[in-house]
Amino acid sequence: MNGSRAAALTVAWRLASFRSRLEGLPAFPIVILGTLALLAIFADFIAPHDPQVGLLGERFRPPAWQAGGSTAHLLGTDHVGRDVLSRLIFGARISMTVGFTAVIFAGVVGTTLGILAGYLGGWVDQVIMRVTDAWLALPALTFAIFLAAIVGPSASNIVIIMALVYWTRYARVVRGEVLSLKERDYVRLAIVAGCSKRTIMKRHILPNVVNSSIVLATLMLGVVIVTEAALSFLGVGVPPPQPAWGLMLADGKKGLMAGYWWLTVLPGLCIMLMVLSANLLGDWLRVKLDPQLRQL
Amino acid sequence: MTPLLEARGVVKHFPVRGGLFGGPRKVVRAVEDVSFVIEPGATLGLVGESGCGKTTTAKLVLLLERPTAGEIRFDGESLATLDAEGLRRYRHSVQAVFQDPYASLNPRMRVDSIIAEPLVTNERLAAVELGERLRKVLDLVGLPARAAKLFPHEFSGGQRQRIAIARALTLSPRLIVLDEPVSALDVSIRAQILNLLRDLQRELGLAYLFIAHDLAAVAHMSHVIAVMYLGRVVETGAARIVATQPRHPYTKALFAAALPSHPDDSRDDVVLAGDVPSPLDPPSGCRFHTRCPQVMPRCSTDEPKLATVDGREVACHLYDSAEIARAAAPRG
Repeated sequence: MNGSRAAALTVAWRLASFRSRLEGLPAFPIVILGTLALLAIFADFIAPHDPQVGLLGERFRPPAWQAGGSTAHLLGTDHVGRDVLSRLIFGARISMTVGFTAVIFAGVVGTTLGILAGYLGGWVDQVIMRVTDAWLALPALTFAIFLAAIVGPSASNIVIIMALVYWTRYARVVRGEVLSLKERDYVRLAIVAGCSKRTIMKRHILPNVVNSSIVLATLMLGVVIVTEAALSFLGVGVPPPQPAWGLMLADGKKGLMAGYWWLTVLPGLCIMLMVLSANLLGDWLRVKLDPQLRQL
Repeated sequence: MTPLLEARGVVKHFPVRGGLFGGPRKVVRAVEDVSFVIEPGATLGLVGESGCGKTTTAKLVLLLERPTAGEIRFDGESLATLDAEGLRRYRHSVQAVFQDPYASLNPRMRVDSIIAEPLVTNERLAAVELGERLRKVLDLVGLPARAAKLFPHEFSGGQRQRIAIARALTLSPRLIVLDEPVSALDVSIRAQILNLLRDLQRELGLAYLFIAHDLAAVAHMSHVIAVMYLGRVVETGAARIVATQPRHPYTKALFAAALPSHPDDSRDDVVLAGDVPSPLDPPSGCRFHTRCPQVMPRCSTDEPKLATVDGREVACHLYDSAEIARAAAPRG
């Protein structure tokens, strides 16, 4: 067989395997998350109104299809006359940024500590895992509220708080994985070859735990978004007048009894869709990246 | 001439944690007083059932575990007291090939970085020279040069084992520990790999510590054989002698269990009853006495020592009388 044909075959095979890897990609979460991501990125161009400035004359307008609604405010307006649709669109930006950055921060910290604890063992493991245990013993939301009360509410602080609260989940999962990885023959052979511990962790352990971390991250995305909404709802999250979904929910709850349902139901629906999509995607990834199922 | 590797009275015990409330701590006696010598360019074959301490011995030699007692010397230098520089030199001269070619290659690395890893770690080489060495070892183990850019999962078991061997060769080591290098492979591939290993030994002057439970393979490969049972060496000597005229009842049983090379060849059936006893609680006296077809009363109390019988060393009370007779003969 000549070289170029072999190369062509390899390329064809790679393509086929890549396509088969994408097979069964769940359409629903991809569409939802994709749309929300696009809305978040292009919010400035898509949103019909300024999300933070309202017209008091336009207060409590119902959605367009209801009696009294108008096409100027498709999803109605809130108690200070701000356009709900625009606020939802800009809220997607906040939820997504907070969600993704917090999940990535927590993931980096937790994965690093998990690898250190699992691979080095001994007192390093003891210290890291005891801290993790203590951390996990605190109820996440209470802990987050406590931290938020200390550092004060702002979008960037929320990210830090989330990372602080949720890194332990990663540390736990990753450590367990590392414990089994470090008994693999290729890790032993790396020791025999004279690799330093740092090299082994970087070259042999990290690439093999990244999958688990990514799966966990998608699952944590939902948790983080809900927590962010909860913090905003409780008034220690993203400060008003920024349009966070949790905040909209909190502002709208007074109007619920008065029949202003769109102020609570719509942001609630957004949160639900986003969390559901994140979880479905995580579930799919978990199966797809499972080493047992992936192995040829 | 100093031997390349010498193990003297090596012991490895693994403590096992007791019950929930810290019951009595138990100890797995994996390796008990094992001694052997590997000459430069020669092969020592280590045989025994699973759980007899073969792999633990390999790990001790590879410094993946530290011995509880005893000493291993490489080139006359004790491994226990190596400084950083000495350890670097040792890692440079000793490599390993393990049993499972699916577990011994990192699935996320390409073949060239897998093979070059020992080289990159131990030597500073220019990229050109690195590529040169890579091509050379790939050629040595009979893999095409284009294999370098592929991932391990794109190869068969036999090819993967060739990759593992190529990796072990890159540093031009003096000793390679082969821990069951062909057990996981198809029978048709085994002979290929074994012959490859023998050719490489002849070409490069490598010494092997060859660990296996396949006696035909060990007899084929080794210059010296050591038979282990429950952490102890029960018989050791030149491969030809031990393989053709085994003396220890355990060695006899092992070789009787192996298939003869020709279907018409007669074989003595020595069937061993029962399982290997637990190394947590090894039998008293001779460790083999619970399953030995020629057991005597003293076997359960006295532990036999290795003694020279017919040109090899055996640890068995059966040959005590012969030993005594021979010792007495010159006097009489």
